[in-house]
Amino acid sequence: MLEIRNLHTSVSGREILRGIDLNVRAGEIHAIMGPNGSGKSTLAHVLSGRESYEVTAGEVIYEGKNLLQMTPEERARDGIFLAFQYPVEIPGLSTTYFLKAALNAIRKHRGLEELDAMDFLVLVKEKMKVVEMEQELLNRSINEGFSGGEKKRNEIFQMAVLDPKLAILDETDSGLDIDALRIVANGVNTLQSAARAMIVITHYQRLLNYIVPDHVHVLYEGRIVKSGAKELAEELEAKGYDWIKEEVEAARGAGA
Amino acid sequence: MSQALAEQDQYLSDFERFEERGAAPAWVQSIRREAISRFAALGFPSTKDEEWKYTNVAPILRIPFKPAAAESNGLTTVEALERTISISLPPERLVFIDGRYSKELSSRRRLPERVRVSSLAAALANDLEALQPHLARYADFKTHAFVALNTAFLEDGAFVYIPRGAIIEEPIFMLFISLGGGKAEVSYPRNLIVADRDSQVTLVEAYVGLENGVYFTNGVTEIVAGENAFVDHYKLVREGEAGFHVATQQAHLERNSNFRSHLITLGGSLVRNDVNAVLAGEGVECTLNGLFLAAAQQHVDSHTRIDHVKPHGMSRELYKGILDGKARGVFSGKIYVHKSAPKTDAKQTNKNLLLSKDASIDTKPQLEIYNNDVKCTHGSTIGQLSQDALFYLRARGIGLEEARGLLTYAFASEIIRGIKVASIREQLDQLVITRLGDKFRGKERLL
Repeated sequence: MLEIRNLHTSVSGREILRGIDLNVRAGEIHAIMGPNGSGKSTLAHVLSGRESYEVTAGEVIYEGKNLLQMTPEERARDGIFLAFQYPVEIPGLSTTYFLKAALNAIRKHRGLEELDAMDFLVLVKEKMKVVEMEQELLNRSINEGFSGGEKKRNEIFQMAVLDPKLAILDETDSGLDIDALRIVANGVNTLQSAARAMIVITHYQRLLNYIVPDHVHVLYEGRIVKSGAKELAEELEAKGYDWIKEEVEAARGAGA
Repeated sequence: MSQALAEQDQYLSDFERFEERGAAPAWVQSIRREAISRFAALGFPSTKDEEWKYTNVAPILRIPFKPAAAESNGLTTVEALERTISISLPPERLVFIDGRYSKELSSRRRLPERVRVSSLAAALANDLEALQPHLARYADFKTHAFVALNTAFLEDGAFVYIPRGAIIEEPIFMLFISLGGGKAEVSYPRNLIVADRDSQVTLVEAYVGLENGVYFTNGVTEIVAGENAFVDHYKLVREGEAGFHVATQQAHLERNSNFRSHLITLGGSLVRNDVNAVLAGEGVECTLNGLFLAAAQQHVDSHTRIDHVKPHGMSRELYKGILDGKARGVFSGKIYVHKSAPKTDAKQTNKNLLLSKDASIDTKPQLEIYNNDVKCTHGSTIGQLSQDALFYLRARGIGLEEARGLLTYAFASEIIRGIKVASIREQLDQLVITRLGDKFRGKERLL
């Protein structure tokens, strides 16, 4: 579904990603872990089309298409969804109004009929259950005055409504208490399917107690320096990131 | 002779002809004469005047506007009017064409006894008793040249009198339509609204111009809210692309009254509104809300002044501007707390959104406070659409143009939500969402 080849990106002249290679197939869950500043969120934003990142080398193929040539909205309409690490507050625009516009833009692109207000409400009521979302929150301005947990739930709720093929969860777990984490993780698990792939970006192994990945990758200094099965996440939790850094340093020393 | 002086002379000689023709009660004639002599002394303002620093009226002076002719202009049926301005007319309405009351186009339903809703011309002809204590008593024609000019030519407009205790639930619409019609004409709509004590009324003043007409609307509206009265007032300015609009709205608010004002400016080549309120009694609550949208080469200036004269007054002011293209906006808001007004609670906010790099806004919030026992705040912001918010919407599949529209709407919605007249609120909702970029000059009509 997604193939990243030798991806290099920089932000205002500073190189952040320095050659990422990653293959994601439908039905798979990939966890990307790594210390702060390793480039995890940059990868999420580049995949969803944020313009402030400059791709200096490499390519990304999504369902046979050159992803990097597509606008953010084209990517979303083709099934890519980013759950934001820091969901944006938009005073004056309700979640329902916004989400209806988003869903209908996607449906139109897929050649489906646009949903009217009634059908949309039925869908929303059903999807609210996924993350135990309350109706009252949906009628309020997007994320305005929401707690951290409510914002993250809102992200997963939107994912449930928009039904993406590839979901990228950018530190959806950070800042959540254990109850909120459980709700969000259960929501994500409910949405797991053979047709859908997920990239779960996290700093902590804790989330992976609830969402079990097929592959775990460690990102460090803009490169994937280690990949493995879910046990790798446990090892990172037990030993921290220092041993990874040491391994990288050692390899660099041996190479020199 | 300078342009401004020559133009001033023109208005002065127009006044002579007007005075010969216009029959009016002696006290009205005397006000007119006093006003024209003030106008003669003041002359038109220039950008050297502090209150006109950012608005140059030269484009108005360059055109030799003549007083609008009295003859009918062919637009005499409701159907023809609705076709011309593409709206359906509200059932309770006073309609004015080029400043003159049109009986054919107006429509009145049965209102409670003693409620007066008529043209000012008719009220003057009968010299109604509610006129003399109020007409030209509030809007300052002694220092404001355009108020002086309007007062000199005062003849027609809307007159609304709500007697003590009357509650009028349905909004009263005053619709001012300028046709332009090939001749450059000036009209002087003059409105007087008196809500006596314990009464309640909702009023909508709408100014609509045709697309290409060149005309000048110089208006004055005086509003009196008696003790414990509730007045909800809306002014919509949707002048045509070549229309000029300079107007003053002056509210006199008595003890425990509640006044809500909404100024919505959507169109016109050069639009200047002065919105003034005097909290003349104790315990008055005054809300001034404003929303202006401008694009292309439009110039929109909103000047407000709130005078807290008596104790325990509360004022809340929120003006929001959205500017696109090469539009220029001006906001000037003064809150003046007199020494006689302890326990005043005043809050003023001006927020502006610039949608293009060529659009600009001059904002000037001012507090003048002569009493220590008050709570006053003010603030103003100028910003662009948030890139983070734009990306958030696009990352959900919403296209760039639609995302810009939704965010612009979100910015305006705080004002729109405060509009209690459903028909206006709904039309504004749609208008703000769809009008973007160059589309600001689009064909959508609001009233």
